[in-house]
Amino acid sequence: MSGGNFSALRRRIFGDPLNALLSLAVLAAALLWLPPLLRWAVTNARLAPDAAACTALEHGGACWGVIVEKARFILLGRYPDEEAWRPLLAAGLIGAGWLLAAFHHLPGKTLAALLLAPPLVALPLLGGGVAGLTPVPTELWGGLPLTLLLTGAGMAGALPLGIAVAYGRRSQLPVLRAVLTACVELARGIPLVAALFAASFLLPLFFPEGMALDMLWRVLIAIVLFAAAYLSEIIRGGLQAIRPGQLDAAAALGFGFWHTQRWIVLPQVLRAVAPSIANSAIALFKDTSLVTVVSLYELTGSLSLALSGDPEWRPFYLEAWLFIAAVYWVGCWVLGRVSRRLGG
Amino acid sequence: MVRPQSASRAVQALLIVALLALLGLLVATTRAHLEERGIRSGFDFLFEPAGFSLGESVLPFDAGDTTLRAFVAGLLNTLRVALPGAALALGLGILLGFGRLADNPLVRGLAGTAVNAIRNVPLLLHLLAWYFILTDLLPAADAPLQLAPGVFLSKSGLALPWWGDNGFEIPELAGFGIDGGASLTPEYLALLFGLTIYGAAYIAETLRGAVLALPEGQRTAALALGMTPRQTFLLVLLPQAWRAALPPTTSQLLNLFKNSSLAVAIGYPDLMAVAGTSLNQSGRAIECLSIVVAVYLLLSLLGAAVSHRLEKRSLRGEPA
Repeated sequence: MSGGNFSALRRRIFGDPLNALLSLAVLAAALLWLPPLLRWAVTNARLAPDAAACTALEHGGACWGVIVEKARFILLGRYPDEEAWRPLLAAGLIGAGWLLAAFHHLPGKTLAALLLAPPLVALPLLGGGVAGLTPVPTELWGGLPLTLLLTGAGMAGALPLGIAVAYGRRSQLPVLRAVLTACVELARGIPLVAALFAASFLLPLFFPEGMALDMLWRVLIAIVLFAAAYLSEIIRGGLQAIRPGQLDAAAALGFGFWHTQRWIVLPQVLRAVAPSIANSAIALFKDTSLVTVVSLYELTGSLSLALSGDPEWRPFYLEAWLFIAAVYWVGCWVLGRVSRRLGG
Repeated sequence: MVRPQSASRAVQALLIVALLALLGLLVATTRAHLEERGIRSGFDFLFEPAGFSLGESVLPFDAGDTTLRAFVAGLLNTLRVALPGAALALGLGILLGFGRLADNPLVRGLAGTAVNAIRNVPLLLHLLAWYFILTDLLPAADAPLQLAPGVFLSKSGLALPWWGDNGFEIPELAGFGIDGGASLTPEYLALLFGLTIYGAAYIAETLRGAVLALPEGQRTAALALGMTPRQTFLLVLLPQAWRAALPPTTSQLLNLFKNSSLAVAIGYPDLMAVAGTSLNQSGRAIECLSIVVAVYLLLSLLGAAVSHRLEKRSLRGEPA
């Protein structure tokens, strides 16, 4: 570092009384808090899954052993042990799609396939009953694969629906416009928890006898409808930004309505709003944690399920919590990279 | 050939018929299900005794009171956490946003780390952590932490000086607990802390985005006129940025209000939790959920209207 840079840095840190005071406060807080934090997290911590040794620490050190002990349960939930490769493969497929999209430059169609197809493959993979796979009831699905599935399948369902609704709200039919506007505003005005309660208690009433759906499917329907309302607003914004000259040019070249949309309008709209769509995916990824209020045990739910009933390990909830928070953090970071790569 | 006008009329008529048919089908299946389960429908249950009690309530409430009163108590509980939460989130968010824009790299780094760490973890996880800290890690009520004279924090919550039966009371240790003043439950505090911190991180980003979106020339011009970086920020950039930041900030505050429904997950009796309990008690799913939806929609619309008014006022006096 050159001398000029150093003096500029010193001026920015200690340039005037207020800055100097703020800097000193930050440094003092770091000196005061970092050493005990390091002692807790590193020096005094225990890695072995030994509850007795952890209890002996009396919270003077972190008990990372709780993660080793409970990792299987937190990550995969109650899925049967002998079939554990299926949720692992499902999570791997969806995760690989996200990672490829985050770190490689790919053409739009490949990108869409990588992000939208794996969740649809994961559904039969987890459910079984096809290709000789043992059926596993949806109540037993859980942990990280369920979080990724709800996010991925939710987006895969919500995107086409969101596009359709966005077009519907621009149609020439006032009745259609009014109905769709009311639906979108309704979905955007209520909390997701209300939508999940509705999925849990109302949907069973609406389906005729013999068409009863599992909680997972009902929740997925609610998530798709909820996310589609937000996506339709994003896409509607994109449609409004298309300049009329584009449509005139397409018409002059003899393009009909569908061809114009397919080859002229949608490619531009999707490219323009792709970062916003990725940001919606981040929001949905975090929001899937709410399905625990209707007893589906994805990542957050399986944390409570793993620890609340276990008095031996329950005191080390904070350590397990940090592990889950780190998983969410990495997921958000990867999706954030996808968003930035798409131009956001 | 059919004129486009009449064709579109026909399509619309068809659409209306299809919608009505779908609605009719839903009503028919729903009615069949309800009859089969022996559930009556209607809103008369609102005026019958609730049959459940609430963990806490600003409005005095017990199991013998009507269900309607339970819903009102739930709504008041929602507002009791959402309104202070919104005010605190706004204050903390502005502070964090300033930190994120600061010239001082230490302050900027700290604020940036905090905002990113908070935003990348689901709100529910924030709430669970606060709830665990407040109910498991704090000392019991007979040996509370004393934060200030008359302010005690323990597993049973936060005790504060407040007006009670004997005028203004200052809480004091009495045997196995704390006497006098007001006390805030761990459920309320966990929800308030979680909503405030999560909301503040988003408001900070909104504010930062608005300042960064200003043309670079604004800053350089102010500096060229001899203003210090701080004067530039406070007198030139901020007055312009806050107009752009207003709509996204109010939408963040509305999100905070809707997010307060996560109260169900930690057992704070807000509107959503009351609706859930009442639904289980009475079986009237449609009625309970339509009340909830109506209230949230109404308050969301009200919030949007207020925000619109504020935006209009902030633009008054601007060149057209």
